[in-house]
Amino acid sequence: MNFPLRIWRQSDRQSKGKLVEYRATNISADTSFLEMLDIVNDELTERGEAPIAFDSDCREGICGTCALTINGQAHGPKHPAAACQLYMRSFRDGETITIEPFRAKPFPLVRDLVIDRSALDRIVQAGGFIAARAGSAPEANSMPVPKHNADRAMEAAACIGCGACAAACPNASAMLFTAAKVSHLAFLPQGAPERTLRALKMVRQMDAEGFGNCTNTYECEAVCPAEISASFIAKLNREYARAILQRSAGE
Amino acid sequence: MIGKLESKIPPGPLENKWRNHKNNSRLVSPNNRRKFEIIVVGSGLAGGSAAATLGELGYRVKCFCYQDSPRRAHSIAAQGGINAAKNYQNDGDSVFRLFYDTIKGGDFRSREANVYRLAEVSNLIIDQCTEQGVPFAREYGGLLANRSFGGAQVSRTFYARGQTGQQLLLGAYQALCRQIALGTVKMFPQTEMLDLVLVDGHAKGIVTRNLCTGQINAFAGDAVVLATGGYGNVFFLSTNARGCNVTATYRAYKRGALFGNPCFTQIHPTCIPVTGQHQSKLTLMSESLRNDGRVWVPKQVEDCAKPPDQIADTDRDYYLERKYPSFGNLAPRDIASRAAKEVCDEGRGVGSAGRGVYLDFADAISRLGEDTIREHYGNLFDIYQKITAEDAYKTPMRIYPAVHYTMGGLWVDYNLMSNVPGLHVIGEANFSDHGANRLGASALMQGLADGYFVLPYTLPNYLAGQMGKRPSTDHEEFKRVESEVRARVKKFLDTKGDRTLTSFHRELGLLLWDKCGMARNASGLREALEKIPKLREQFWKSVRVPGEGESYNQSLERAGRIADFLEFAELMCIDALERDESCGGHFREEHQTSDGEAQRDDENFAAVFGWEFQGNGNILRPTLHREPLHFEAVHLSQRSYK
Repeated sequence: MNFPLRIWRQSDRQSKGKLVEYRATNISADTSFLEMLDIVNDELTERGEAPIAFDSDCREGICGTCALTINGQAHGPKHPAAACQLYMRSFRDGETITIEPFRAKPFPLVRDLVIDRSALDRIVQAGGFIAARAGSAPEANSMPVPKHNADRAMEAAACIGCGACAAACPNASAMLFTAAKVSHLAFLPQGAPERTLRALKMVRQMDAEGFGNCTNTYECEAVCPAEISASFIAKLNREYARAILQRSAGE
Repeated sequence: MIGKLESKIPPGPLENKWRNHKNNSRLVSPNNRRKFEIIVVGSGLAGGSAAATLGELGYRVKCFCYQDSPRRAHSIAAQGGINAAKNYQNDGDSVFRLFYDTIKGGDFRSREANVYRLAEVSNLIIDQCTEQGVPFAREYGGLLANRSFGGAQVSRTFYARGQTGQQLLLGAYQALCRQIALGTVKMFPQTEMLDLVLVDGHAKGIVTRNLCTGQINAFAGDAVVLATGGYGNVFFLSTNARGCNVTATYRAYKRGALFGNPCFTQIHPTCIPVTGQHQSKLTLMSESLRNDGRVWVPKQVEDCAKPPDQIADTDRDYYLERKYPSFGNLAPRDIASRAAKEVCDEGRGVGSAGRGVYLDFADAISRLGEDTIREHYGNLFDIYQKITAEDAYKTPMRIYPAVHYTMGGLWVDYNLMSNVPGLHVIGEANFSDHGANRLGASALMQGLADGYFVLPYTLPNYLAGQMGKRPSTDHEEFKRVESEVRARVKKFLDTKGDRTLTSFHRELGLLLWDKCGMARNASGLREALEKIPKLREQFWKSVRVPGEGESYNQSLERAGRIADFLEFAELMCIDALERDESCGGHFREEHQTSDGEAQRDDENFAAVFGWEFQGNGNILRPTLHREPLHFEAVHLSQRSYK
């Protein structure tokens, strides 16, 4: 298979970027999307041109490193899947493929298709944890958790932190990411003592990073490789409202 | 020169060793902890949990990872589960049984005392992770669920769907995030350790490259902890993440740390096979599939190109059932892996690259119905479909073994400290607990045991004598190592040859896979030992690394890692040649029983091999140090699969 490519090139944050045309030639349908880029890069290297910078690590959809907007969609046309789980058989032979980085103001560009997503780490640092000192934990079975709650917690906890939700959102909102962590910990009794502060602090940090608000477009849910449900955003709104009320009541 | 290897195993009966050791270990008082700076390299299960725990104790921690966030360390990809001796199932499990299964699974090539301690702290890990909010699978009554795993006769594996590694890592990551916010841990993502700095023989710092800016910096600490994972990517294709590498541990080895058992690598039998030249990594499929799938290849080479449904049952060779009638398709990992290699070597492999065998569910589907199979393995069939575009309900899966874990690593004593004072090594990066073969669901256990519950107790044994001895990075040793690192970076960029990095890595990987993979023999290893230095020479003559040093340059990152693999591969082959026996994943074809099982030689090889780097710039034959293994609680026996 052969593909005309249009790929975003930008040498650093300060310089101006542009779409540059390349060709991927003689690609087998079993090649993954990122392997196709590997091939193009090796050819560029052989020709003495600068290879295209793009991020990836596990290449099996769990680490959340890859972050490509392919033909206008975060992670490309196949859902649910991360860009690394996309194969060239999903494209028509000869189809032009446009590849850009995830675009959202809180994700500044590093080079070409690589972005800085440390804003997501800072949201977790603001409160996305349970303070549990090693050595202090009670016996694991001393606190039963209804299976339904444990399952819901797991559904939310499955987030891989890729940032596709914010990239796909017209408001660049990170509500789905934040909601997933707040919900995961709110469904578990272990998370109860810090529940109020967690919701307040994480939302505050999300705003401080420059992420927008949710207007129920559901693009986030559509592109999420971990199939995180947008219903968790409703859960976050409830958690936040509850926290605000508790706070204003002085509790 | 290094004297006798001191494992520092505490005296006393096995079950009291850890308790006694804790009682006799030195302490650092809370007021003094903030005066110590600890460098932790790696942020996976071991590094993340260690950095968080040491930060919580009051030490000042600097944690480094090459990923853009500590949450992306490769521990995240572990699927199956984590073992613990809770005995929640009331099925007779105990600390001793977990210890025994682990040491036997390792084919009696690990330390009794270390493994016993691992089994002992396993229960604390489950408590700790549950309290952190790890959403383990639960029963309807709200209590934790277990499943059986990896041939154990008890159900002791805790799991979170097929994403146990992810959830445990996120638990450690969140604990780490809390410490980062509190200021006890300073995180350095996208920062790769390129060398270790020794001052007066003690590990007192590291030299790093910032992967975004290309800046090279030195950091000083009172102790250095390496938690940098395994070296499976030396084979080019493995189930490891793209960035996994040997650089940190190999650089430490070149600075004097012993490398333990480097030839011990684990090859997992059920992975999705290679499809072509350009494949960049392999994907593991849970071994549980072999419960219901039948493994076969065509009897005749000519049939290999035919679609599987056009090969009559009588023309199929169900080779595992044929060779191992009692275990059949459930033959142990190493046996199943080697058998697949053999039939493919005979030319009977299937799939476009000829390196694959069928895993056929047709019988199970006709016996149990497609719905039952979907219920048991649905997510695995989906993963398979995503990657291969084939429907495994209709046509057999194709599988092939792949490298996915390395038992070898830097040699450490009972305190998890290497022979270099101050240099501690935890998780997959050390050699310590899995012997010659790791059991399923044990890697997560070891990483978290080391980070949460072992290192925080043993590190003070070193620190207590080191107050005020942290050098400044102005020290001449820091300057010297830093300039060596700069020179090396420059050398990559100045070579300006015409061969790509990928071509070297692939060639090395294929050679190693062939000669030091699932089966090894003396002549093959000698051949590899002749070829590797030549390939290395070519690399330094003709590699092309584009771009600049002072910028984001992924080619330069890879160049450093591949250059280290090109040296490390030689060490693996030397170790594999020296270990003139078969044990666990190390199968020397010369040493097998009449029915093809691994034949150990306990008299001569019940020992850890620790290799000491020799040479200054050039690479000379490393010196071997042996640490004899003593077994008091277990009886050495031939593992039988009949």
